[in-house]
Amino acid sequence: MEFLSYLISGLSLGSVYALIALGYTMVYGIAKMLNFAHGDVIMIGGYVSFIVMNSLHLPSWLAVILAIIVCTVLGVVIEGLAYKPLREATSLAVLITAIGVSYFLQNSAQLIWGANPVSYTPVISGTLTFAGGALKVSVSSIVTVLVCVAIMIALQTFVNKSKMGKAMRACSEDKGAAQLMGINVNQTISVTFAIGSALAAVAGVLLCSAYPTLMPTTGSMPGIKAFTAAVFGGIGSIPGAFIGGLLLGIIESMAKAYISTQLANSIVFAVLIIVLLVRPVGIMGKKISEKV
Amino acid sequence: MAYKSDKIKKGNMVPFPSRSLVPERDLDKEPVLECRRLGIQFGGLKAVDDFNLIIGKTEIAGLIGPNGAGKTTVFNLLTKVYQPTEGTIMLNGMDTGGKTTAQINQMGIARTFQNIRLFDRLTVEENVKIGLQNQMKYTTAEGILRLPRYWKNEKKMHERALELLSIFGMENQAEWKAGSLPYGAQRRLEIIRALATNPSLLLLDEPAAGMNPNETMELMETIARIRDEFQIAILLIEHDMNLVMGICEGICVLNFGKVIAKGTAEEIQNNPAVIEAYLGKNREV
Amino acid sequence: MKGRNNIISRQKDNLTYVAVTAAFVILMILQNGGILKRAHTALLVPVCAYIAAALALNLCVGILGELSLGHAGFMSIGAFTGIVVSESLINAVPNTALRLLIAVVIGAVFASFFGFLIGIPVLRLKGDYLAIVTLAFGEIIKDLITCLIVGVDKNGLHIVFNASGAKTAADLHLAEGGKAIIQGAQGAVGTTTISSFTAGFILILVVLFVVQHFVKSCTGRAVMAIRDNRIAAESCGLNVTTYKMIAFVISAGLAGAAGVLYGLNYSSIVATKFNFNTSILILVYVVLGGLGNIQGTIIAATILYVLPELLRAFSDYRMLVYAIVLILVMIITNNKKVILFLTGLGKKKD
Repeated sequence: MEFLSYLISGLSLGSVYALIALGYTMVYGIAKMLNFAHGDVIMIGGYVSFIVMNSLHLPSWLAVILAIIVCTVLGVVIEGLAYKPLREATSLAVLITAIGVSYFLQNSAQLIWGANPVSYTPVISGTLTFAGGALKVSVSSIVTVLVCVAIMIALQTFVNKSKMGKAMRACSEDKGAAQLMGINVNQTISVTFAIGSALAAVAGVLLCSAYPTLMPTTGSMPGIKAFTAAVFGGIGSIPGAFIGGLLLGIIESMAKAYISTQLANSIVFAVLIIVLLVRPVGIMGKKISEKV
Repeated sequence: MAYKSDKIKKGNMVPFPSRSLVPERDLDKEPVLECRRLGIQFGGLKAVDDFNLIIGKTEIAGLIGPNGAGKTTVFNLLTKVYQPTEGTIMLNGMDTGGKTTAQINQMGIARTFQNIRLFDRLTVEENVKIGLQNQMKYTTAEGILRLPRYWKNEKKMHERALELLSIFGMENQAEWKAGSLPYGAQRRLEIIRALATNPSLLLLDEPAAGMNPNETMELMETIARIRDEFQIAILLIEHDMNLVMGICEGICVLNFGKVIAKGTAEEIQNNPAVIEAYLGKNREV
Repeated sequence: MKGRNNIISRQKDNLTYVAVTAAFVILMILQNGGILKRAHTALLVPVCAYIAAALALNLCVGILGELSLGHAGFMSIGAFTGIVVSESLINAVPNTALRLLIAVVIGAVFASFFGFLIGIPVLRLKGDYLAIVTLAFGEIIKDLITCLIVGVDKNGLHIVFNASGAKTAADLHLAEGGKAIIQGAQGAVGTTTISSFTAGFILILVVLFVVQHFVKSCTGRAVMAIRDNRIAAESCGLNVTTYKMIAFVISAGLAGAAGVLYGLNYSSIVATKFNFNTSILILVYVVLGGLGNIQGTIIAATILYVLPELLRAFSDYRMLVYAIVLILVMIITNNKKVILFLTGLGKKKD
């Protein structure tokens, strides 16, 4: 029973990682950039929903929607102002810019909301009891997993079936060729950032509901881990990010429970290293061989 | 006379016609390269199949065929950029099984690339010095501390590099960044870099691509001169038939990964299978 | 034309030594003259350490062409090794300069050794996958050092690994007169600080010497060739793995040496100081300085380390300003239109 409850909390944590990793992976697939500011968008999502619920005293569903809207706009604005001018630049230059954006978001949050952690009111509360009280599962865990599965299916359908999704896939294969086929590459990239940031907002709300302390650096460690999850699953692959996120969450939860709380992160990273050594492109990544 | 691939028995090591790819003056010597039943599969596709080839010590051989015939794949197999799934490659009488690309080079095969691969941010001279790398006799520590062996070797290799560059009269461009050279010069630098590694077999992948007829003529002469001066064998892939027919002592024609003909220039020109591969079947109306 | 570039680059190398020395002399005069404030002199040693670390990372990112997001880990190994060495030898080697030298050498050797171990898996990977694995190793090193409890007494070194988080320095069972050097999550406490600005200056000169000479040696050339075109390098008979490893190990060792200098500058230091953000900080110096550009790296490291301190006037806004400056500089130096515009302005003035 204990094992089962660790498994469920791992799944729930993994779902949050998966949501963040989806954003990472989509942006990477299309813009070929590591958007290190992604984790901080989560934090912004958390703060926006916090303000809406605690200061404006509006219902939680509205808080979620407003967080999504703010983060979506933020994502598009960041992309337009900071990343778009660097479309032709080296990937390292874009990486450093992303780090700059990350600093910017963290420090803005600190100026606006202060450096001290605030206590977040979970959007969903309540616990379900199974097996005569032996197994307790919080409703938010279940909701988190369900939301994540629903989003992942929706996203996969969108990318595979819709016109915009096809444009995205075309851009990720070859931007130049996509442009020649009449695809608006800039617009496609903006949409990708919008979707990724909207997912980050959802992830922010879910993350803060599960771990109810919120501060300006809240997003950075989950951000790094979600990035790890994306690489784990094969960066650029949507199902890969999903599987990578879930696995990472479960490994972390199990490591905390059975090995060492202090070394949980190290164990997660060690597993990543081993996976990459066996499969250098991640679990679902495509092998790209250089043409000679 | 037509020499179709199906007339060559499988596993027959002697190429047919037996002499064409080993010039008479080399017959008493061991061949530099001997491929037997070489093949590679990508998924279900046999990119190269049952490829047999013998090249003499100082022979200039040509590998031709329509686009996508598998010519560059043969080069990649010879240099172990791709590991062959079938067959053996003997180099100077030694089996190359299990060797890496770098080891193959050290054993004596140097190559150029169809899409030029220079070290763009290094100078022309440094590019050649990379070819001379394995002849440098000093350690990293000696290099950092600049001990006498560093100066001695660097001086020697500097002179050697300039000497090699003079083959194409490029010694004046030694300080240029390789990436800033004009296209033709880049192709020539690749040949020099390959020569610097002291090979016994030089593989040239479309050396004349993008050159005008005059430059091609010049290149032809230089290739012949390189063979004579360095006493090495050269295998080249080329679409320029004037170059191939004018310089190659033996020619091997590939189509769909299979050898469809081997022989001298004259024999190849009159081979119906080759004509068919290039021009398509003659349809009778 | 012939030989000109060679002479220019040799002059540039020598000029770097001269400029660094001049900067050192000027700062020494200012410091001794009492012109520099206490807040400023406190920056001197860490700036030296970060310059050295940035030069080390430059070797990995600029010359080898592999993005490392975990170089703070090597600094960390160097720092804590150096602290343990220095504290253990405090009676045996009373001369601080000599003790610092021993600490730096052993710290660098340790960091190189870990660089080698980590390099075995890391260098098999490519691009972003390599980057994420270096990040992972950096975090693992941080966590492992956080679990270390090390002490010394007359019987030698005592080491306890505190995976459960329940152990303390008492578990070392030190003999009387023994001293706990590293105390798990609290880090190294009560270290005798022996780093000095002069030592930092010498370290920079040594690192410069190693990096500049490495780049001009046949090994350095081979490493750059592999960076420019791996397949062509292999076809020229270069053993890619060996050369990559040499560069990575040297880079790790130099970062370790920088770490020793940094670690022995503070009486207490925690392992979390060398986290992912520190790795990123050094990377920013390298990228802004211009990849592979040694002089640029030194300048960028100096300005970017000192800038947030100079921005103290803005207090709360300083990191925000820093972030905006960083973004703007990246856009200005990397956007073709902006570059064209700026060079156009320059030409008109002429």
